[in-house]
Amino acid sequence: MVSFTVNGRPYEVDVPDDTPLLWALRDALHLTGTKFGCGINQCGACTVHVNGAPVRSCRFEVSRAQGAELTTIEGLSFDGTHPVQLAWVEEQVPQCGYCQSGQIMAAAALLAEDPEPSDEAIDAAMSRNVCRCGTYVAIRRAIHRAAEIQVQMRSSDDAGGGDR
Amino acid sequence: MSDPTVDTGQDTSPESETISGNNGLSRRTFVKLAAVAGVGLTLGVTYRVVRGPGQPATDAAFAPNAFLRIDTDGSITVVVGKSEMGQGVSTSLPMLLAEELEVPLERVAFEFAPAHAAYGVAMGLQVTGGSTSIVESWVPLREAGAAARLMLREAAARTWSIPATDIEMRDAMAHHPNGSTLDYGELAVAAAEVEVPKDIPLKDPADFRLIGTSQMRLDVAVKTTGEAVFGIDAGPSDARIAMVARCPVFGGSLRSFDPAPALAVPGVDEVVELSNGVAVVANGYWPAKQGCDTLVVEWDEGEGSALNDAEITRRFESAIQAGGGLAEQHGDADAALAAASDPIRATYSLPYLAHATMEPMNCTALVEDGRCTIWAPTQWQNGPSLLAGGARQVAGDMSGVGADDTVVHTTFLGGGFGRRAETDYVAEAAELASLIDGAVKVLWSREDDMQHDFYRPASHHEFTASLDDEGMPAAWRHEMASQSIMERLMPGWLPHFVRDRTIMRNGVDPTAVEGASNQPYHVPDFVMSAATVELPIPVGFWRSVGHTHTGFVVESFIDELAHAAGKDPYEYRRDLLGEHPRHLAVLDAVAKAASWGSDLPDGRARGIAVVESFGSYVAEVAEISLEDGRPRVHKVWCAVDCGVIVNPAIVRAQMESGIIYGLTAALYGQISIEGGRAVQSNFDDYRMVRMSEAPEIEVLLVPSGDGPGGIGEPGVPPIAPAVTNALFALEGRRVRDLPIQSA
Repeated sequence: MVSFTVNGRPYEVDVPDDTPLLWALRDALHLTGTKFGCGINQCGACTVHVNGAPVRSCRFEVSRAQGAELTTIEGLSFDGTHPVQLAWVEEQVPQCGYCQSGQIMAAAALLAEDPEPSDEAIDAAMSRNVCRCGTYVAIRRAIHRAAEIQVQMRSSDDAGGGDR
Repeated sequence: MSDPTVDTGQDTSPESETISGNNGLSRRTFVKLAAVAGVGLTLGVTYRVVRGPGQPATDAAFAPNAFLRIDTDGSITVVVGKSEMGQGVSTSLPMLLAEELEVPLERVAFEFAPAHAAYGVAMGLQVTGGSTSIVESWVPLREAGAAARLMLREAAARTWSIPATDIEMRDAMAHHPNGSTLDYGELAVAAAEVEVPKDIPLKDPADFRLIGTSQMRLDVAVKTTGEAVFGIDAGPSDARIAMVARCPVFGGSLRSFDPAPALAVPGVDEVVELSNGVAVVANGYWPAKQGCDTLVVEWDEGEGSALNDAEITRRFESAIQAGGGLAEQHGDADAALAAASDPIRATYSLPYLAHATMEPMNCTALVEDGRCTIWAPTQWQNGPSLLAGGARQVAGDMSGVGADDTVVHTTFLGGGFGRRAETDYVAEAAELASLIDGAVKVLWSREDDMQHDFYRPASHHEFTASLDDEGMPAAWRHEMASQSIMERLMPGWLPHFVRDRTIMRNGVDPTAVEGASNQPYHVPDFVMSAATVELPIPVGFWRSVGHTHTGFVVESFIDELAHAAGKDPYEYRRDLLGEHPRHLAVLDAVAKAASWGSDLPDGRARGIAVVESFGSYVAEVAEISLEDGRPRVHKVWCAVDCGVIVNPAIVRAQMESGIIYGLTAALYGQISIEGGRAVQSNFDDYRMVRMSEAPEIEVLLVPSGDGPGGIGEPGVPPIAPAVTNALFALEGRRVRDLPIQSA
């Protein structure tokens, strides 16, 4: 039995300890936004956040998530308004879309660490994610755009907070 | 494009010229049919939906044809009969209909069509492939929208008792001259009473509001939130998960197995023998995989187990030596080359390639009460039963309930690239579901997916050419050998003499030689032959099909000739493309955009290539340098003429996509055969181009106003030769075998 929170909700999952987190999410919790691509930590389709850090869940044993706070694509925002999601729509990134949950989670983790990433930083952070449709050019564009949106959101938050 | 596979006829009336009398299948219809099944072929087929073979039942107030539903609440749903695998059909097809319906795209929702003859081009064949979605839909979907608009207008005319011609239809509303309006939702019930018009005039393209504009994709929002339902996500939530052990050697079969170790894995509850292997059924993927890994299976590997790459090459070489079938000739190349003093020779070799869709193969099936229900990310939903059929026929057959009692739900496809035009993954799910209780999702591991693909056929090419006094090609001989894709799709009942006179003319698979037998460069004496070699390796349609190899060899060899003549490769091509204005236009456009011939920084070089495929013309320039003896692609310029542009943003995205897909193949793509099985198994040994290697890409749209061409595939073929031609320009190393090896 493993306990953790996913997208703010507490769960207890009764699966063998060596079960990859990916399959606990998909098969036990029916959170299917996180995708299976390779099973060997090579493509990043299964990227989720464990305590804020990007993790390839296909090779992350569920027992290691004991007590952790997990975020999946379903909980990145509850209405699709995370800066990365907004930028993904603006820049029309997805094609087939299958890898994009993982791409978005990887990009969101990057922006949390590095609010204005250079192309080099984007390459370094995003090269663990494969897109067979070749949306890389659009992803690079969208991450820069997401960085701008993030700044705008923060400054409007700050402006709102100025009344207090 | 070989002649017998092209059918531009619009006639859908019964044919009189039958081939065997007893099946009523005409030669011409069959050719059309097989050409569609062969997704690599461009079709000129058009059909009118308004007189289609019925349509699926619906509760909607107004459903004038199979492609549109308008309800009283104002909802407008376009039913998309093509599979969305990233190429944008869930946006571009609704755009065609919405254009004539006069509704803004934001008002439109889409859903995927059921497997139904109404969505087929011929004899119920419902398939997405060959970059034909826009080509096939261009007229019928606009007619579907226009017919509905006329009916809605007539409904408004009756409501208002004014002449229909006084009413303007715009923004999903009928506009009365007095300024009052009726929304389409308010007109839906009355419109359903109006007779479907026979004469359906279409808009003058000058009046298009949507077509030609970069509309936001209708499928993007759900693909940023995890809500998009792919095959792996579809079906009943209580479906069990199964993995299947299949013989690793192509052509092998099951001898025996011991289910006990698998059944001992917690979560595994059944082990079931299937036609093509052994299924382990469990309460989740992880136990299913562990069960499959521990399963003890003995395979009869068959004769294929001796096969390896060296043997395959030897078979190709000896087949060429023995002489292939004639694909095309004009003039007398053999005589000209025999007389030539110093002919130029080159041998090219290309490997098998896996599709490696991001979503591994999968299918969910439920068989109960004599009905079979399938949830599948499939490119081939339906018909015709004369061939093996699509998902519906295959599932009906394998489950034993028959196609009439089989329902196919098409999901989003996590990539297709031709792999999902096969039905093997549907067959095993339907068979398994018929043998066990409840719904089951058969999920493939990445290893299963890569080692049990229908690969891009490997091929071997021998070129001989001579130049005239000006350095221009005088004679050109191209001899190739490969397996045939079409052979496998040919129904067993088709007599050989019919096959050899239609699809496989002279024993040549048209999908093997497309782009080479009709290469565009002016050559007075030309001959191409192709030998078909039978091997147990499964081969199939891989994004841009024959053009994946013919684009590479033709564009490499013409580059070799240009250098042999001491001429600029761009100018050389120009001089030889006088009869091909559309090739020329994209070639000029890309050269101009890239400032071809301008000075480059030290260590950089450029290569150029131009390929027509699926009715579209694409030229690409790649700028490269060397890193650790390997080409590093910095920038790609791409000029595309796809005739009509429906959604420029999608056209650009598809070019970018094709370039990355083709670049991956050029740099890394290779499935090796050892012991009769595929060596590579996952992304660690079958490498992908990643973000850090993705070049800057600049796409130029060169609209010609010609009929629509395809867009999903044509970006792929030119990139490999553009890169290898650049490599030659940089270091004088001619790459004739793919993938590109380190220097």
